Amino acid sequence: MSTDITDAVELTGSSVAPYSPENPAPVIEPPRARTKRTPRSTRTNFEMYGWLFMRLSGVVLVVLVIGHLLIQLVLDGGVQKVGFAFVAGRWASPFWQYWDLAMLWLAMLHGGNGLRTVINDYAEQANTRVWLKTLLFTAVAFTIVLGSLVIFTFDPNIR
Amino acid sequence: MSTPNSPTLDKHSSALDAAENTASHLITVTLRVRRFNPEVSAEAEWVDYRLPIDPKERVLDALHKIKWEIDGTLTFRRSCAHGVCGSDAVRINGRNRLACKTLIKDINPEKPITVEPIKGLTVLKDLVVDMDPFFQAYRDVMPFLITKGNEPTRERLQSAEDRERFDDTTKCILCAACTSSCPVFWNDGQYFGPAAIVNAHRFIFDSRDEGGEQRLEILNDKDGVWRCRTTFNCTDACPRGIEVTKAIQEVKRALITRRF
Repeated sequence: MSTDITDAVELTGSSVAPYSPENPAPVIEPPRARTKRTPRSTRTNFEMYGWLFMRLSGVVLVVLVIGHLLIQLVLDGGVQKVGFAFVAGRWASPFWQYWDLAMLWLAMLHGGNGLRTVINDYAEQANTRVWLKTLLFTAVAFTIVLGSLVIFTFDPNIR
Repeated sequence: MSTPNSPTLDKHSSALDAAENTASHLITVTLRVRRFNPEVSAEAEWVDYRLPIDPKERVLDALHKIKWEIDGTLTFRRSCAHGVCGSDAVRINGRNRLACKTLIKDINPEKPITVEPIKGLTVLKDLVVDMDPFFQAYRDVMPFLITKGNEPTRERLQSAEDRERFDDTTKCILCAACTSSCPVFWNDGQYFGPAAIVNAHRFIFDSRDEGGEQRLEILNDKDGVWRCRTTFNCTDACPRGIEVTKAIQEVKRALITRRF
């Protein structure tokens, strides 16, 4: 787009102008501009709790995830030891069951809420927002339900 | 200057020197201005203007020189031209600044200096944008003193410490440099934006004001302070040096401490 015109009026130069003072070109409006009627007040604390949850779950996740990575990948023989027997051995203890459950729930909700804010920040069309968020919430709910089910119904004697 | 023992002569020659030096001080800069005229074309375009200018002058002076001497169709806002009215916030070399507070020498005059309208607001012509959504957000935080009970018979007194609490946010000149530098605002105009929050902060932390609760409630909503991603663009952009992000965080903290 950069032109190298010196001391020139490029705009008035064209002889056949499709636009005139009576027929101006449409201006480019930014997405979702604020007017007198928008946004409507919802009077809930949802966004505040969402914001707080991100901070708190983030701190807890640092401990949970680093602990998980250490156990799975570093300590006691590294990643080679991980197999069905290893997982079965860990999930025999309720402590590790709840560790993994907390990690699953917090990571999914933390990531889900993060993606929700990303969608809110970047999706311009109202329809795009609705569809992306529906997809996101479905995926989050499905993963949480499936994961919780696996943790609690895990049977080490499965053949 | 060479004859120190004859003051009259010296004065004369130094004045002459100064005049001669001024001419030689002029440098040629290229101003690359983003121009848009809906009455001519639907497309905005970059137009380069080369002009001689003193590097100690400001970008606003360069814009004036273009408008007055080169091309009278160039359109931009300015009122006081001294950094108080907040009319001439533009994007200079990709950063939001006041054209009247930016010296040519401070922004590398070797390269073309780009001047664009601020982002996130409808461009009406050249550097002029529609400020209505910006001022709507400002109105929505109720930027005026709210009190209960009877009017006192004398002035509402305030201690120096209480005044100091919100001193930083009283400096706002509503130029929209912060709001139009905010990436959240670029993509979603429903967000209040930094300027509205700064002006809410100015009353929320004012000991004389009693509408703080209402204002916090307004900013607690889904397009309020919780949409801030603390990118600090607003603090960098503010021509008055207001710590905008800090003010937004203080409102967040007030909301949280109010609930817990």
